[in-house]
Amino acid sequence: MIRILARDLRLAVRAGGGFGLSLAFFLIVVVLVPFAIGPETARLSPIAPGVLWIGALLACLLSLDRVFALDREDGALDLLATAPVPLEGVALAKAAAHWLTTGLPLSLAAPFLAVLLGLPWPGHPWLCVSLLVGTPALSLIGTFGAGLTVGLKRGGLLLSLLVLPLYVPTLIFGADVARRGAEGLDLGAPLSLLGAVTAGCVALLPFATAAALRVNLR
Amino acid sequence: MSIWTYANPAKFMATTARAVPILSLLAGACLLGGLAWGFFFTPDDYRQGATVKIIYLHVPSALMAINAWLMMLVASLIWLVRRHHVSALAAKAAAPVGVTMTLIALVTGAVWGSPMWGTYWAWDPRLTSFLILFLFYIGYMALWSAIEDPDTAADLTSVLCLVGSVFAILSRYAVNFWNQGLHQGASLSLDKEENVADVFYYPLLVCIAGFVLLFVALVLARTRTEIRARRLHALQLRERMA
Repeated sequence: MIRILARDLRLAVRAGGGFGLSLAFFLIVVVLVPFAIGPETARLSPIAPGVLWIGALLACLLSLDRVFALDREDGALDLLATAPVPLEGVALAKAAAHWLTTGLPLSLAAPFLAVLLGLPWPGHPWLCVSLLVGTPALSLIGTFGAGLTVGLKRGGLLLSLLVLPLYVPTLIFGADVARRGAEGLDLGAPLSLLGAVTAGCVALLPFATAAALRVNLR
Repeated sequence: MSIWTYANPAKFMATTARAVPILSLLAGACLLGGLAWGFFFTPDDYRQGATVKIIYLHVPSALMAINAWLMMLVASLIWLVRRHHVSALAAKAAAPVGVTMTLIALVTGAVWGSPMWGTYWAWDPRLTSFLILFLFYIGYMALWSAIEDPDTAADLTSVLCLVGSVFAILSRYAVNFWNQGLHQGASLSLDKEENVADVFYYPLLVCIAGFVLLFVALVLARTRTEIRARRLHALQLRERMA
């Protein structure tokens, strides 16, 4: 599992891996928002946590179709399926690699982009925390969607259609943590619920992903 | 004789051929009777006026929208565990019916909301969770139509249905947390205190019975169509081989 993780990370960082793409996408989304909404800080700062969460979510979505597709094309997925690692472990390692290459950088970059949107000060660390806790769930759900659609020729659009409704609870709790953090309210309840969503995803979704992969490799 | 007898497609076709017309007639009778009773023989509500009568479409369709998903969940589980093709096809057949029920519930709710709440749409937990349910149905149907091999499609949609059910329930409670509601409480519950008044209650029950029968009849008819399509496909393949 560790080796799969290391291999995926190496592939992502090297040329053509698209490591920086989702970060750049996130930046562009955040830059585009003021053009659509207007430049006044009074208008931007209340919506900043939500915009940053939506941006991070879309940036996560962007790189999902390559989680299994490239391995499927060159046959590596068949080898992984017959390797002495359970397929559930492969799914978990893939999700972890996806999170390390998208979720983690996005979470760390978000507080800096929040400056652009005029997020009030106490919000920055909480935004970072909410993304750190929430994005693993996004990666796991996305890996599940990628596992479902790996056999399809044009699965990209379908993948978004399948995955986005599944993102609803994570988005609700995550954005609520960020919003309450920015307004200085008590955020224990949404933060623990967000953690619960992520923990549940870690525990259960690798099994669903592995089941979908087994069907697709049949 | 157990329920698994009907997992045999021939047996299923023979039984449903007799059941579908009877169920359809019963559904039509219940719906006509219940709607006519509800629309013409119940008084107007003292606050809502005549708009209250949309309840005879709204509540049964909302009920069936959720139960259709539940039925798909059970059928998917049966497919995953026991590999009965009829079960997988029944789940496939139920999805378009369920999505229609969801749409009816959403549209009738909007039509009622316009004069009563002063808006067609509010981000109320119940409304929002129905919209999310609608999205789940669309994703499920899209996955069915995207995969060519029928067994692979049945497997993957079943897994999606299982995971989707968990997330649908999670979303239901997450939106509750997210926003306070405008929607009234349950119209029907075993706890009599908060129910609608009896004059509305009995025709509503007839309408619900009608919707349940309509759902069963439609799903059975659609499953029959799917089985026939499957047979036709097999015949075509055999023709090509010969």
